[in-house]
Amino acid sequence: MKPFEYIRPDSLKHAAQLTSGENGTAIAGGTNLLDLMKLQVETPSRLIDLNRLGLKEIAEAEDGILRIGALVTNSEAAAHPRIRSDYPALARAILAGATQQLRNKATTGGNLCQRTRCYYFTNTDQPCNKRDPGSGCGAIKGVAKLHAVLGTSAQCIATYPGDMAVALSALDASVEILTEAGEQRVVPVRDFYLLPGDTPWRENVLAAGEIITAVTLPSPVGGTQIYRKVRERSSYAFALVSVAAIVSVEDGLFARADLAFGGLAHKPWHDPRLSDLLVGSAPSVELFDRAADLLLEDAQGFGENDFKIPLARRTLRAVLAEATGVDA
Amino acid sequence: MLDKSGTINVNGEPHRSPEDPRRSLLDFLREECGLTGTKKGCDHGQCGACTVIVGGLRINSCLTLAVMHEGDDVTTIEGLGTPDKPSPLQTAFHDHDGYQCGYCTPGQICSATAMLDEIANNWPSDASDDLGGAIEATDEEIRERMSGNLCRCGAYANIVKAIAEVAHTSNGGSAE
Repeated sequence: MKPFEYIRPDSLKHAAQLTSGENGTAIAGGTNLLDLMKLQVETPSRLIDLNRLGLKEIAEAEDGILRIGALVTNSEAAAHPRIRSDYPALARAILAGATQQLRNKATTGGNLCQRTRCYYFTNTDQPCNKRDPGSGCGAIKGVAKLHAVLGTSAQCIATYPGDMAVALSALDASVEILTEAGEQRVVPVRDFYLLPGDTPWRENVLAAGEIITAVTLPSPVGGTQIYRKVRERSSYAFALVSVAAIVSVEDGLFARADLAFGGLAHKPWHDPRLSDLLVGSAPSVELFDRAADLLLEDAQGFGENDFKIPLARRTLRAVLAEATGVDA
Repeated sequence: MLDKSGTINVNGEPHRSPEDPRRSLLDFLREECGLTGTKKGCDHGQCGACTVIVGGLRINSCLTLAVMHEGDDVTTIEGLGTPDKPSPLQTAFHDHDGYQCGYCTPGQICSATAMLDEIANNWPSDASDDLGGAIEATDEEIRERMSGNLCRCGAYANIVKAIAEVAHTSNGGSAE
């Protein structure tokens, strides 16, 4: 690990200012950041410890909104009575990720910012445009089993690795951000992440000097909530494909079908056309397949990950069948 | 700013926090406190050999900096029991042969100790069928909840038996 200056700021505003320049990086749980620092993928010159600055509450806010402080751990969020009862897709997604030891440390804000597990990104001997702009992408034509099939670019085919943000996307949650100027801005999770394009090192809209302070969940919508994660072993593995679904059926027709997908792209994938297609129509296997056609019409595999395209289709079909009681 | 006079409480004893902020909690425990029961396996949060209990919660001590824990209470395997007065889980691992080489065992026992408290507090897991119901320490729950502790000898069957015995006969915890 490269040497760094460890700083414990006395306020959030101070923390935001410290992260604004000179390679200052905020640390919360540190489970991903310290791992990457050991690998020298991350080499901050200043580490700004956020852990004594509050932001550890889950609180009811106006209009039925639930606000999760950025430093609430994944364990606390998944065990919270309101999240278990009103946002079960979120509790399920969190519990499907990592291990209890990691969830006890990992935070809500830090989880949103976790980096890809692309093998080329984490190995400094290999080319990676995300880690070392201009060095090339080793995964294209390389080992690419975990990699993206939607929204890729010629620069980068990495996936966003997390589960929690996939459920947050389906639930249409928002991220509250403190800016360097001390102001607050709010970004929907669906707009928080970026596709790799020509700037794969930019993974989300956070600017230098900005700190996540909370995630807010809209008032509960009920319905059937599912988080289905397909992985290579039954615990402690990243998603090959995951589907978060918030579904309700009224009078035999879809009244709500909010879907988000993990393991397919550089961000939690949310395609509003799926909801437009499904809502107002009667659930059927034929309709589910049309939704999959729409989801995957531009999907492109890279050899080792070609299987993700049919796997995403089947997982979507299974989730919608489970949510609606249709026999698939 | 950084309080250089800070101490970290390990098994009830205060220890001066390290000078070098790069020190992981794991290296601090082993190299500066002389508590070598906590083991370094992968050093990347994947194997669980370094599991310790901080403020009642189990964490990977390799993936956190010691300086971040100034003022915290850390419990290692040495703090759970002694050869003369082992904790219920230490006794159960011995009785059920819950190991072969023993390298992962301190992490397994620290992890299981905190895990039984999580079940007692009704925290759900990926194996819980009902997020709203009471959580029972079934073998399936134990296996899922212990998935962060690898055993390369493959002693899992006996590890589950040892934990299940304690879960079903007492409230686990450390030796009193």
